[in-house]
Amino acid sequence: MDDIAISVQHVGKRYRIGERQRYKTLREVLSRSIATRACRTVSHLIGRQGSLAAQVPTNYFWALQDVSFEVKRGEILGIIGSNGAGKSTLLKILSRITLPTKGRAEVRGRLASLLEVGTGFHPELTGRENIYLNGGILGMKRAEIERKFDEIINFAEVETFIDTPVKHYSSGMYLRLAFAVAAHLEPEILLVDEVLAVGDLAFQRKCMGKINEVARDGRTIFFVSHNLNAISQLTDRCLLLSQGRLIFDGSTNQALQEYRGQDVAKSARLGSYQAPAGIPHNHLAWATIRTSLCRGVHRWGDQITFEFGLRILHPRDTMCFSFYVTTDLGKQVCHFWMFDSDAIRTREPKTITVRCHIPKFRLYMGCYSITTWLSERRGDTDVENLTGICPFEVTMDGTARDRYDWKKGACVYLEDAQWEVACEAEVA
Amino acid sequence: MSRPLLQPAIESAKIVIEPQGGWVPFHFHELWEYRDLVYFFVWRDIKVRYKQTIIGGAWAVLQPFLTMVVFSIIFGYLAQLPADGVPYPILTFTALLPWQLFAHALMQSSSSLVTHRQLITKIYFPRLVIPMAAVLAGLLDFGIGFMVLLAMCFYYGIVPGVGMLAIPLFLLLTLATALAVGLWLAALNVQYRDIQSTLPFLTQFWLFITPVAYSSSLVPERWRALLGLNPMAGVVEGFRWALLGHSDNMGSLLPISVLIVAGLLLGGLIYFRRVEATFADVV
Repeated sequence: MDDIAISVQHVGKRYRIGERQRYKTLREVLSRSIATRACRTVSHLIGRQGSLAAQVPTNYFWALQDVSFEVKRGEILGIIGSNGAGKSTLLKILSRITLPTKGRAEVRGRLASLLEVGTGFHPELTGRENIYLNGGILGMKRAEIERKFDEIINFAEVETFIDTPVKHYSSGMYLRLAFAVAAHLEPEILLVDEVLAVGDLAFQRKCMGKINEVARDGRTIFFVSHNLNAISQLTDRCLLLSQGRLIFDGSTNQALQEYRGQDVAKSARLGSYQAPAGIPHNHLAWATIRTSLCRGVHRWGDQITFEFGLRILHPRDTMCFSFYVTTDLGKQVCHFWMFDSDAIRTREPKTITVRCHIPKFRLYMGCYSITTWLSERRGDTDVENLTGICPFEVTMDGTARDRYDWKKGACVYLEDAQWEVACEAEVA
Repeated sequence: MSRPLLQPAIESAKIVIEPQGGWVPFHFHELWEYRDLVYFFVWRDIKVRYKQTIIGGAWAVLQPFLTMVVFSIIFGYLAQLPADGVPYPILTFTALLPWQLFAHALMQSSSSLVTHRQLITKIYFPRLVIPMAAVLAGLLDFGIGFMVLLAMCFYYGIVPGVGMLAIPLFLLLTLATALAVGLWLAALNVQYRDIQSTLPFLTQFWLFITPVAYSSSLVPERWRALLGLNPMAGVVEGFRWALLGHSDNMGSLLPISVLIVAGLLLGGLIYFRRVEATFADVV
């Protein structure tokens, strides 16, 4: 019992949606309550009851519903889910920013949240002053901040600018300072919400290192992120939230699979393309990428197949088809080109299926899409050019690398290389 | 012991998070734990207020001083208001100092929760810290103004008596009044932004019903108890009594004022506690 750090039982949070939620004016409230009272009197007089409830439509929205789980001391727990799944609401309840509408949660130990780094910084104050202010807001005592002051500055690498107002800081410095203060809070339970989405790679690595260090100290960490790689590296157990409900609680690997599956179900466009009806000329009717994991998700190094349905309405001699794989930034990284143009020759209008197999597809992890070209070689006319269709993702799942984590955007292509080391005779 | 022992700001004990309704108990202990934060907020407000200004802290003197000059010309010289035997500038400046402390504290604390929206929706701490710090931040200005007042007394040859010792008490009453009203308005302002628009008018109106530009002896005898319903009237007369040694009106005003403030403050605290939990959702 004693090693439970957080226990959440049937917690629910209800918000009222609609325009009345914000900025109510006093007049509105007064007139409404008078109107309600008048209505009640009238309906009482004419003997009609119960019409009142229907008259005031209140739209409620459950941001969280019936969520229960327990976290042991020293456990690192990941929370994933699409936008609006209730992740932030859950963290807000645990950090006591807002109260649940239902249920009960118990938190044992000092809790700190890195909900948004730099909250409470004042631009006019210097770095030194902001360390004190921010530390105080996060719940530190003055003596405690003084003790850790040097450590914080060292971590943030802002020694030279410590007496400059933070409004003159670069965004990187600002961020480093803010994270440094929060990271030195030494809480027993740390809530981390998407703080690693910012900053350069070196800083992200540093943050991850700090979080790892905190975790090794036997403290409990709640880690919310859309960065699935970070989740899989840091956590063993994961909660998957969807529309306010806890739909999975278990091993991170399984949770990630569930999440990806859910993601795919939601966006049908992932890994496939369907042409709209009624295109009068020769065109791409459909496209599918046969990826090695679930739909639209491919594992590095596995076989991949690109499948296209070409609808030929006006048969020509010299149809030509090619496609590029492009990164999510729009950079074309590889070109696949059908050399044999006779292959798609047809005498009567029909749909032709072409497949392109790549036995070992080694694009580095990231999000990609494809760009297709359908053209007539004679006259060099492009019949159709589609960009950004069939989005798909490449992951490094199952390709472990000792000591170094896979960083997003580190490269585009990763070859499976063989290394050889030969010792030469010692130089005399 | 590898790690330095920490004095945790939030008690290490179990924290229960559940829906609340009805009466919510106070956690003065927790507020005490966060006393450093009050200090940090006050210190930040003071630091920031005069950053990027040319004359800096002189603003603290200039505002009440210029008001006093205007009042002296209009009410003292042109309207020839009676000043109970003290120079009119002194009469009004003695009242202006606590008044400006009050007005500033009221303005700041009433809008404090809304201006700290960023913090309220991101981090937990007892919300009471915010309006409290907003009220206290005006004390420095008051201190500076008080030095000027003493200098003026010296200039006019007035020697404050033993009554001076009571000034901290009246100061406390000023802050309590500002906090009491500020708590109500701050909490209401989170939900009803009407408060923000009402504030300038409210303070202006309040200034007129407070004997700042005039002496309370101007008010007919039988209405004077009514004047006491305004706690600031008690404060202002208290200051005049403490510094200038006269004002026999204080005795009738002060008890009512103190009672009113105590009631307002208690009610404000209760109301604040009740709605505190919804701030993050509504603000």
